[in-house]
Amino acid sequence: MKYLELTIGAVLVNNFVLTRFLGICPFLGVSKRLDTALGMGGAVTVVMTMASCITSVIANCLLRFTVNGKVVDLSFLRVLTFILVIAALVQLLEIMLQKLSPVLYRALGIYLPLITTNCAVLGAATINAESGRSILDSTIFGGFSGLGFALALILFSSIREKLELAEPPKAFEGTPIALITAGILAMAFVGFSGLC
Amino acid sequence: MDILTVIYAILLMGVLGLVLGGIIAIFVRVFHVKSDPRIDLALELLPGANCGGCGKAGCADFAKALASGKAVPANCPVSSSEQIAAISLALGIDAGKVECKQAVVFCRSFIGGVQRMNYNGVQDCVAANMVAGGPDACRFGCLGLGTCARKCPFGAIEIIGQVAVVHRELCVGCGKCAEVCPRGVIKMVPADADYHIYCNSPEKGAVKRSICQAGCIGCRKCEKLFGDKFKISGFLAQVNYDKAESVSAADAASINCPAGCLLSENDRLKAAYEKAGKGAKNE
Repeated sequence: MKYLELTIGAVLVNNFVLTRFLGICPFLGVSKRLDTALGMGGAVTVVMTMASCITSVIANCLLRFTVNGKVVDLSFLRVLTFILVIAALVQLLEIMLQKLSPVLYRALGIYLPLITTNCAVLGAATINAESGRSILDSTIFGGFSGLGFALALILFSSIREKLELAEPPKAFEGTPIALITAGILAMAFVGFSGLC
Repeated sequence: MDILTVIYAILLMGVLGLVLGGIIAIFVRVFHVKSDPRIDLALELLPGANCGGCGKAGCADFAKALASGKAVPANCPVSSSEQIAAISLALGIDAGKVECKQAVVFCRSFIGGVQRMNYNGVQDCVAANMVAGGPDACRFGCLGLGTCARKCPFGAIEIIGQVAVVHRELCVGCGKCAEVCPRGVIKMVPADADYHIYCNSPEKGAVKRSICQAGCIGCRKCEKLFGDKFKISGFLAQVNYDKAESVSAADAASINCPAGCLLSENDRLKAAYEKAGKGAKNE
């Protein structure tokens, strides 16, 4: 049951974009075409999984510890440390990719640095820390949250590719109709609530 | 909060920062990728606005293209000519020349075109074109309702005798008119080309002749005389704008286009003003 919540729950019920409304910027920014959406979705999934794993190590071991029987609670540093770690992580990933897989590096291109300040990644880390999940649970949650993000992005970009061909009223062309579509998509995802 | 918490917090952040910084430093060394030093040099000299005007993803991408010879400094629309010269000097590459474009309306139907129907709708080409393909019998010519003229930010297009005419001295080649034209009769061509074949219909000569006296009849005279300066697609001759040297006045005179389609932009303007008084198209 717990793992059902961590997997299906993260992808569908509490989808990061469409239910929690985190990471809206890339959701609107890189959803014009399906292939860029796939690239961004993949990159976010990888970074989110790694970030969730490492930030939960920090949250569990470094931000709360006992010294001489006294509990030191540093959870007020959560956002600060998480941002630092996520930024460093993305940098490392970028440096490694550049050397090890130039093809993938070029494919991801601008998306990797964009993820540095993606609030969905920070959100996953913070949600993990607040619900006090173990390291394994956090990693699973992070990975599936990333998949949920990718799913939302792929769905939305497929719709937007179709929207290009539609002829909405002049006032709705472009971003307005995209926002309305995103709203309808979010409403559809609300239908999953209560699943687990 | 006691003083110990503050010390721990400072320690934690400090150590974390140092460790992460150290790891990144090591990674940069270990996974160092040798890149062309000219990329950084070019990046410094570029405006750094990441506007994408050059068609690349940003200045960094453009710098890469510069170093690999896939682009020339002149492709950057933001840099002034001095900046472009500085970049080409620093990189030791040719500054390149950007082709200036100009809009040309490939239609001459002011000297006569048949109307299929009487259009009384909104006086706009896009709207008119939606009604069964527009009132003109020719589905490729200029509708002359002035959508392009209203769109032009520089006021370079005038509707003379129901056909759009571009004033060369005002056109900067932004391409907005070509974008908005529902017929696609406005095309962006190199600005130094003076002579054009003013017709846009690929239909057979006889079909064209039955509805329009101004169309290219596809006789191929121009192609026979100056093979590579022209290209024929369907039954429509066009100036081959890929050629470095354009069609000269002497060439045009020796061709003496039987349909009268091969004109210079100035001749067309003159003809348009002459015929406009008669209002040939809408009578």
